[in-house]
Amino acid sequence: MSTATVTRRTEGGADVPPRRRKLTPLRILLHGFLIVVSLAWLFPIAWAVLTSLRSYDYTAANGYVSFGGWTFDNYVTAWRTAEFGQHFLNSVYITVPAVLLTLFLASCVAFVIARFSWKLNLVLLGIFTAANLLPQQALLIPLFRLFTEVPLPEFMSDSELLYDSYWGLILINVAFQCGFCVFVLSNYMKALPRDLYEAAMVDGASIWRQYWQVTMPLCRPALAALATLEVTWIYNEFFWATVLMRTGDKFPVTSSLNNLRGEFFTDNNLVSAGSVLVAIPTLVIFFMLQRHFVRGLTLGASKG
Amino acid sequence: MSDLPLIQADRAVPPPATTTSTGGRRRRLRLLSRTDRVVITLMVLVPLLLVTGFVWLPAAATVLLSGTNWDGIGPLNEIEFVGARNYSDVVNIYPPFVPAVQHNLLWLAALFVVATPFGMFLAVLLDKELRGSRFYQTALYLPVVLSLALIGFVWQLLYSRDQGLINAVFGSSIDWYGDSNVNIWAVMVASGWRHVGYIMLLYLAGLKGVDPSLREAAAVDGASESRAFFRVVFPVMRPINIIVLVVTVIESLRAFDLVWVVNKGRNGLELISALVTQNVVGEASRIGFGSALATIMLVVSLVFITIYLATVMRENRE
Repeated sequence: MSTATVTRRTEGGADVPPRRRKLTPLRILLHGFLIVVSLAWLFPIAWAVLTSLRSYDYTAANGYVSFGGWTFDNYVTAWRTAEFGQHFLNSVYITVPAVLLTLFLASCVAFVIARFSWKLNLVLLGIFTAANLLPQQALLIPLFRLFTEVPLPEFMSDSELLYDSYWGLILINVAFQCGFCVFVLSNYMKALPRDLYEAAMVDGASIWRQYWQVTMPLCRPALAALATLEVTWIYNEFFWATVLMRTGDKFPVTSSLNNLRGEFFTDNNLVSAGSVLVAIPTLVIFFMLQRHFVRGLTLGASKG
Repeated sequence: MSDLPLIQADRAVPPPATTTSTGGRRRRLRLLSRTDRVVITLMVLVPLLLVTGFVWLPAAATVLLSGTNWDGIGPLNEIEFVGARNYSDVVNIYPPFVPAVQHNLLWLAALFVVATPFGMFLAVLLDKELRGSRFYQTALYLPVVLSLALIGFVWQLLYSRDQGLINAVFGSSIDWYGDSNVNIWAVMVASGWRHVGYIMLLYLAGLKGVDPSLREAAAVDGASESRAFFRVVFPVMRPINIIVLVVTVIESLRAFDLVWVVNKGRNGLELISALVTQNVVGEASRIGFGSALATIMLVVSLVFITIYLATVMRENRE
């Protein structure tokens, strides 16, 4: 990608390394400032972890500005009372199909936009990209009615409606997230050499084969970045599940936080344990796939 | 891939022998077999129907409903058009509306005046190839991976009146989330905490894309570092600047999760997005009314989405 190549160029530049070694007072000041800001930024999360590891009785007696009362019980209690096991599973049911479907559908559209230079492509790109930026709440009223009208067979959802079903949530997430992926992928695909398709045409490859066997394998880096990002976003999605779900047991983790508030209200240690539990999947993804995550975010902003 | 042989058999169109001035595009079009054309249509149509059905048609329906008196339950054929009455009702007889607009604007101002410049400033500092830059970057954009709903909970540990850290340290007894004088500020701090990292990331990518020779030229001309940034680097990053502006506006318009987990957007935390939701899923469902609010959001966002599209499309064509 353009950003990556440019980075390499700057790093390879001859004038950079000597400047880096010198430690002037200004540099020390700069490091000092950055360390303070970084620690301040980490602090709320660190505090949540710290609080979650202390017993309520100890902090109630000694206050939160104290040291001691270490325990792991908050996690056990939080896991059991809030039924996190079930909610995590619900999140998986929604996130995994939604991400796969988003990437598949978005790559199809992106392929057509990048492969052909039809005039309508720009309109198509606009329709998809803009859809991703609309405020969700502005669509809620008709969607709410639509979801309560569309029937589903009972084996698909016990609500027998699109409302209060995983299917409905998967579809709305896909519809909303497609735009971003179409935008990023079409840029990426446009940068691929066109000779590839000429060669594939000579070999008599159909459009589907060109898409599936020529373009898609080359898009792996972009797909990896988008998958990382979309997993995080759909897992973090709060609004749709809050308004389009009713049964408490069926809420994904992020939206189940709303009920957690009532249950844990008087016990901050439990709140923090619950928060850490909910954060763990995204933090794991972030630390394991940081490169993809960051690239995915910046892919959308800079030229692909 | 079971339909492959079919596709092979189907593509019997021989390429035209002469490929002179007709242009490659038309030739390619004619080369597409019928199966190819069906495949292309499906590849576009299925996602398009999904996005149209779940995003664009509801958006259009919201605008239409905002002119009606529908209660959300009755049959659709009993809908009556009432013109702009919902809008005048929203402005005149709906007390939370004015505070909600004020809060949304305040939210925008806070993100735009404080969080965005700070994120940009950090990006400029981190662009200097410092040792430990990775640690700083990771720390700063760590909040970006957390959902805003979760951020509401994480900050509750600092804000809570009886068990929060802030009151414990300063000996105060302010209910940061509950007191309607301060809670909007408390929530905005939490939201800014996340926004700074996001903006930093966008600018860091933008700065990496700036041609280094530009800065060298400015340095040769004797321009100070800050002068070089504002006069040379910042203007070159125009596309990123516009994207950041749009992201900030849209984020402050969409702000919802955080106030909803705190108190469902009441008592000092009114936001337009929360009012729309209250009017639909709340006790009193006032559809026309809620739609009028939603349409206002829609119009504001569409203005900025258009700016965004114009920018990125121009970028792409270059």
